[in-house]
Amino acid sequence: MKCFIGIDLGSTTTKAILMDENRTVIGRGITNSRSNYDTAAAVSKQEAFIDARFTLLRRELSSNPGLAGRLDSFLQDLERNFRREQFLEQLADLEQTCRRNASGARFAGLEQAVGTALDEIFAQVRSEATALFAPGVRRKSDFFRDIAGAKYLTIAEDVARRMGLPYEVVLNVYDKAIIEVENRPPASDLKGKMRRGLDGLLAEPHNSEFRQFDFKQPLDRALDLELEETYVIGTGYGRVRLPFSKEHIRSEILCHGLGAHVMFPDTRTVLDIGGQDTKAIQVDQEGIVQNFQMNDRCAAGCGRYLGYIADEMKMGLHELGPLAMQAKKTVRINSTCTVFAGAELRDRLALGEDRADILAGLHRSIILRAMSILARSGGVFDQFTFTGGVAKNEAATRELRKLINENYGDMTINIDPDSIYTGSLGAATFAHRAVMEQ
Amino acid sequence: MSTASSNAATEARDAIKDLSMLKQKEMIQNNYDELARVGETGKKVVYTFIPGNINELVRCFDVVGNYPEINALQNGLRKKSGNFIMEAERTGHSEDVCTYVKTDIGMARRGNIGPTGQHLPEPDLLLLSYTGCFTFMKWFELLRHEYKCPTVMLHVPYQGEGRVTTNMRNYIVKQLRETVIPELERVSGVKFDIDRLREYLRESAKAEDDLVWVLQSAKNRPSPIDGFFGAMYYVGPIFSAFRGTKDATEYYRLLRAEIAERVAQGKGPVTPDGDMGPEKYRLVTEGTLNYTHMREFWKMFYDEGAVCVASTYTKVGGVYDFGFRHDPEHPLESLADYCLGVYTNLNLPQRVDMIERYINEYQADGLLINSIKSCNSFSAGQLLLMREIEQRTGKPAAFVETDLVDPRYFSAANVKNRLESYFQMIDQKRRAA
Repeated sequence: MKCFIGIDLGSTTTKAILMDENRTVIGRGITNSRSNYDTAAAVSKQEAFIDARFTLLRRELSSNPGLAGRLDSFLQDLERNFRREQFLEQLADLEQTCRRNASGARFAGLEQAVGTALDEIFAQVRSEATALFAPGVRRKSDFFRDIAGAKYLTIAEDVARRMGLPYEVVLNVYDKAIIEVENRPPASDLKGKMRRGLDGLLAEPHNSEFRQFDFKQPLDRALDLELEETYVIGTGYGRVRLPFSKEHIRSEILCHGLGAHVMFPDTRTVLDIGGQDTKAIQVDQEGIVQNFQMNDRCAAGCGRYLGYIADEMKMGLHELGPLAMQAKKTVRINSTCTVFAGAELRDRLALGEDRADILAGLHRSIILRAMSILARSGGVFDQFTFTGGVAKNEAATRELRKLINENYGDMTINIDPDSIYTGSLGAATFAHRAVMEQ
Repeated sequence: MSTASSNAATEARDAIKDLSMLKQKEMIQNNYDELARVGETGKKVVYTFIPGNINELVRCFDVVGNYPEINALQNGLRKKSGNFIMEAERTGHSEDVCTYVKTDIGMARRGNIGPTGQHLPEPDLLLLSYTGCFTFMKWFELLRHEYKCPTVMLHVPYQGEGRVTTNMRNYIVKQLRETVIPELERVSGVKFDIDRLREYLRESAKAEDDLVWVLQSAKNRPSPIDGFFGAMYYVGPIFSAFRGTKDATEYYRLLRAEIAERVAQGKGPVTPDGDMGPEKYRLVTEGTLNYTHMREFWKMFYDEGAVCVASTYTKVGGVYDFGFRHDPEHPLESLADYCLGVYTNLNLPQRVDMIERYINEYQADGLLINSIKSCNSFSAGQLLLMREIEQRTGKPAAFVETDLVDPRYFSAANVKNRLESYFQMIDQKRRAA
């Protein structure tokens, strides 16, 4: 089966889309960009291929009467169990790497103690893996670094204290190892992990009724179908670092314009707010870019602005929007400098302002900046499509709808839940065109 | 480096050093030498600006011209401006002040050692031939305060209504007769001789003919010149101390012959890396140049096969391509017309018309604006201008931001990202057409 792949190397996350000959998206993958774009590209692509296997499996199982009405939850459970297998695999790699690194002059006299500490830490993380991936559990992030890191650091602090070991020593072992592990894409035993995932699913009490079916054959068919990597197009901030030749690289402006057009064919104006870029793009009825503007010199008002604020407030990035939605008023915060906004935030908190109200102000601030970039690009035309990581934030989209309406009147505003993939969707479409429309 | 690539590099360097280039280098050096020697020669020194300069008239008084903008951009090219700017900021000039001004002020505070390492003399006269840029006025106020020297201002009315009236012309001629010439006579001790002025103007017109021929050679495909980066070198002599001199006439004669040769051979422009590869994109540019990273900036164009076929920046020291020439028969009037017609003195609709004409006449693929935040005279209205051009021509436009001579404001990754997107946008539009 021919596959067309688009990879969008963003400053924060790297996204990949897998498209078939009929331009149907069959797989999506996302990973953190790390400081290594090669790995990020490889991992996101691998994730998209894994997702494609799930799509194929869905096709295989769609006619299974035993799964009627329950296919979605079955596949979700399978993926959850598969993710746990993947997590355990990387955790084993992390453990080995930590042990390798815990030697040498810096650890003189401490090797044994550190070894014992690692035994205890990893045993505990492993034992919590099932709970971490239990049904209904919400994880703050799906990236290995975040999940394993959070667990390791909490457990290590406790273990180090009990053992009388300096916490920094145990921390350093992890810091060094995680970079190595992260830049080593997980081993390729996909079939093994899928099978173990399936076994895990069937062992769960609420899935016991599925034990009567044979899933092995459809699973093998879904996994054995050859997925040919027919053509890859890379885009995004890190695109020049991709090991691709020039024909395989497109500007993110073109990819976002085309991606938005593919999602919503009547799109005329696209706003993309990513980690460090805000892009306003005007496209015609074919998705061809007419004009664009981007933030210059300063990335205040982009995704990283929210990331910084989340750190300042000791909150998760994804918790900001929901809290801001509870605001009773909007506190005015500047949008020209991220660091100053952080200072204003502390100032406001000290004055007794409500956290939700301040956050509402911060979200408004981001959108005000985006409004200025939109104006520079020529304004907003019906239909308007909002994409990028920030489009997932409900407080940001609420402000955007309000300001678009006040400034440009009523119009259709499109926000796709998968809008973070817009750039990679455009890239995959370019890949498809490069082969199929030549 | 292998022998083959070493030979190629040598050839590239040889290709750059055409006769005209050597000639220009010598001319610039001579002027700095002359400035450094005023202590011995006793010549008086006049500081003046580029847009709307009345160089032919100044030459009639045997004075030496010093051009603060040229010093600033030369310092930018030689990577010296950054320290001067910081020096000026230490003395209270804000981050948003024009970086030419700050480079000049910083240089003065560090002993006024010019870009060539030679000392620059203090002015005997500040001649402000003011066109379009309010900062010029403030700049010379600062210098006047510093040097306590006489200052004369030639006020050039802005073409607010998009045309030159007889009143405007007469107003300038009157100022020349009643204020500028008497002051130059007083400072220099030399009596004004109108026939000498006519002689300089005659030379100017000859050089202008050749310059226009060179700039318009970009209508060829491929264009034998780059009309923005490359043309900045070409306009050097005529914009500064040399207009009206036989040296300038000779320079443009040589340059024209060299470019004619390139046309005959079907060659593209010369770049710092040698001859440019195949021409893929033809652009018109609006806005000034960045001098601190000029090579890096230019490379982003020629590496992609993009050539600038016409630019507005190369018209700030005179718009000659629509017929204007200095006229020895009407010396003061033609100086007035010259001042009134420089690009920075045109209103926005005139600028739009001019760019539209360039896009059509030079068969350009689109318009690229290099906007400089600290240069208000240029930047105000550029977004509006861009929209208008897009609508009138249907050609795509793009916008990048850099600075004149502040190295801190050149973000290579951002500029490159925008340029690449723009070139691909042109490709996409072509395929769709």
